[in-house]
Amino acid sequence: MVNGEFVMPLLGGVLIGVSSGIMLLFNGRTTGISGIFSGLLFKREHEETWRSYFLAGLIFGGFVLQYLNPELFENTTGRSLLVLVTSGLLVGIGSKLGRGCTSGHGVCGIGRLSVTSLVATVVFVLAGMFLVSIVQPFYN
Amino acid sequence: MTKINVVALFSGILFSIGLGISGMTKPQKVIGFLDILGEWDMSLIFVMVGGIITYLIFNLFIKIKLETPLLVKDFYTPSKSKIDRNLIFGSILFGAGWGLGGYCPGPAITSIGTGSLGTLLFVFSMGLGMFIEDRFIAPIISLYKIQHT
Repeated sequence: MVNGEFVMPLLGGVLIGVSSGIMLLFNGRTTGISGIFSGLLFKREHEETWRSYFLAGLIFGGFVLQYLNPELFENTTGRSLLVLVTSGLLVGIGSKLGRGCTSGHGVCGIGRLSVTSLVATVVFVLAGMFLVSIVQPFYN
Repeated sequence: MTKINVVALFSGILFSIGLGISGMTKPQKVIGFLDILGEWDMSLIFVMVGGIITYLIFNLFIKIKLETPLLVKDFYTPSKSKIDRNLIFGSILFGAGWGLGGYCPGPAITSIGTGSLGTLLFVFSMGLGMFIEDRFIAPIISLYKIQHT
């Protein structure tokens, strides 16, 4: 990694932490994107409109960002639509069964010093590394 | 719009900017991190470290200074959840899907605005996967009570 290339990832990470911290400070919620998304799909609890607003913010922010700089959303991985559908199914089933994703376990969970979330994060990173090591040679 | 929703909207926008500037909305950056046998890209570690340390500071401050959140009566943080088969097996599936496509839920939803068919299909099938877990896998698991072992 070239000198200075870590600055934007670190800054972006801090923004993600601030965003999740604000949710905890004001709304008392953990910012796990898979949980917010699935909660919107299935739970019909009262007063749950905040989930829609959070996701609307995420989509709106993304929309403005891609207008300002489309390069941020460049996808050069060469994955076919079938592969993306398969990976979407796995991510959906896995995050719901495993009770969290990169944000819920990886950032908020570890940031809460939860051993359960640390274990989940280590497991999904290792599983991801294992899968990429097998699949990536076909794309290079 | 209630204050809770204003906070959620603002927080969502901030989250998307964080993902965008950190490079995590590019699936090749994620795959580059998971590809330890290839040209390893360690950006994702800096994103995680930045996020974890910032959240840790918020968490400590909130725990020490506040009894309740500022806008609601109670914290809704996950109760002590156990390390069980569901957690491990779910995380394996999640990691495999993450590596296969290079997307996790946050970046995928943030990328909806690009209108790219691949991203839209990913988000749709992610929802479908959650539905399958909710309606079929979870009921089967509780039927066999696997989670109590």
